[in-house]
Amino acid sequence: MVDGWFRDGGADGFVLLGTRCADCSAVFFPREDGFCRNPGCGGEALAEVALSRYGTVWSYTEGRYRPPPPYAVDPDVPWEPYLLVAVELAAERMVVLGQAAPGVTLADLVVGAEVEVVPGVLGDGAATWHWRPVGAAR
Amino acid sequence: MSGAAGDIAVLGAGMHPWGKGGRGFLHYGTVAARAALADAGVDWRDIGSVVGADTVRGGYPGYVAGASFARALGWQGARVTSVYAACASGAQAIGTARAQLLAGLADVVLVVGADAAPKGFFAPAGGDRQDDPDWLRFRLLGAVNPVYFGLFARRRMAVHGETPEDFALVKVKNAAAGALNPYARYRTAVTAGEVAASPVVADPLRLLDICATSDGGAALVLSSMDFARRRGVIDPVRIRAVSTVTPVYPRTVLDLPDIATDSAIAADPPPELFRASIARAAYEEAGIGPGDLSLAEVYDLSTALELEWYEDLGLCAAGEAVKLLRDGATALGGRVPVNPSGGLASFGEAVPAQAIAQVCELTWQLRGVAGARQVPGARVGITANQGLFGHGSAVVAVR
Ligand SMILES: [Zn+2]
Repeated sequence: MVDGWFRDGGADGFVLLGTRCADCSAVFFPREDGFCRNPGCGGEALAEVALSRYGTVWSYTEGRYRPPPPYAVDPDVPWEPYLLVAVELAAERMVVLGQAAPGVTLADLVVGAEVEVVPGVLGDGAATWHWRPVGAAR
Repeated sequence: MSGAAGDIAVLGAGMHPWGKGGRGFLHYGTVAARAALADAGVDWRDIGSVVGADTVRGGYPGYVAGASFARALGWQGARVTSVYAACASGAQAIGTARAQLLAGLADVVLVVGADAAPKGFFAPAGGDRQDDPDWLRFRLLGAVNPVYFGLFARRRMAVHGETPEDFALVKVKNAAAGALNPYARYRTAVTAGEVAASPVVADPLRLLDICATSDGGAALVLSSMDFARRRGVIDPVRIRAVSTVTPVYPRTVLDLPDIATDSAIAADPPPELFRASIARAAYEEAGIGPGDLSLAEVYDLSTALELEWYEDLGLCAAGEAVKLLRDGATALGGRVPVNPSGGLASFGEAVPAQAIAQVCELTWQLRGVAGARQVPGARVGITANQGLFGHGSAVVAVR
């Protein structure tokens, strides 16, 4: 699933992977491997780049209804509300959406607070990324 | 072309009442089309072009509209066009009709949009489509549409200090207007307490903050000003602008269906946000400004989103939308009523029809025939919405 969107392990720990345009340095996530989308550029050389591991909360919400397919859920596990966090990455000047790590609650989140990217697992066992408030328990 | 030189006439407007009627989209669209033709006093066989806003046809792997409506009304050889632009489909259908009229390709055009919406949340088409960001946001994140509405709402709370109680007042206002509209699905008043008592869908938004999915249909008969004159229609409602602009890179506000925004490190963000640029393009084309408006019809997918439109339309400065709402300026009887039809709060979403339905409402308001919800002396109206994937949509109508 989504090959090349993130990488676990190594000295960097868990990171999201985007691409960077060699000509204008614009960053893309999800990765853009064909053509730079900056209308003033036109570059075609896009190299893989690790995104910042830390960011700040731009906004967040808790979904209380079970999403329709193709959302991955385990039919044997009772449905639980889930949190989505939109995170601003200062170095990339972009916002990246992701689910909050298990155990994070609404009360743990506030706009502007620092979060880090951590490995996660989807309902069908596929790997994904999660956002977790810095300092929160694992 | 801008100003009166680009005018086209609205000869007829028609709708099928919205709801969950259990019929197919063709039924709703055909009822609306027949109503618009009757309103215009134009025989279907005299229509030179039919433009359909697309819907997914049950069991058919594709998007169909224009020819389906032409067949339902009786094949008569008209030019045909079908357009898909998600929530902006209706505006693009109107834009297409307008371009044909101004280019002299047709004298009178029928525009139709209709849908029979599935139950529950909108979901992407099936299959395993990992190259489709719209599919991926559901698959990876469970990012249904209300999740984005919740993110917008929470962001406004953080930036502007708004509260869920503020958002609820939008629903109270729109439900009061919708109660006066025979085409609306929901026709009862709603209290702030009822909004607060409804279940949370995407925190901080509750069920009554978020529009439903509906069945519905809407249609317009549009013509050149010459055709209208020849028919003895001297002072029709006129469409003076249709904005269908895209965003400008880098787009820095997270919005449906994206998983991330553009990065702003290679180019500075544009001076205005996408929604504001949609309205500005319409104002510039029409040669008017926010101060000229008698009313506005905007996509209130959520209560919080309607507040954002106040600012994007230039009705007030950033952060002052709640003040405008609380002052009653955007309610019926106020300085510039917003969603006098009742909005999506009262209609629900029938995607290909809604942008056309907005123009039906402007037409009735500018004709002065909107009954109990009439905005007195209405002369200028704007519609505004945006379609998924970067489709702008705004229409200016004048009388
Ligand atoms: Zn570039």
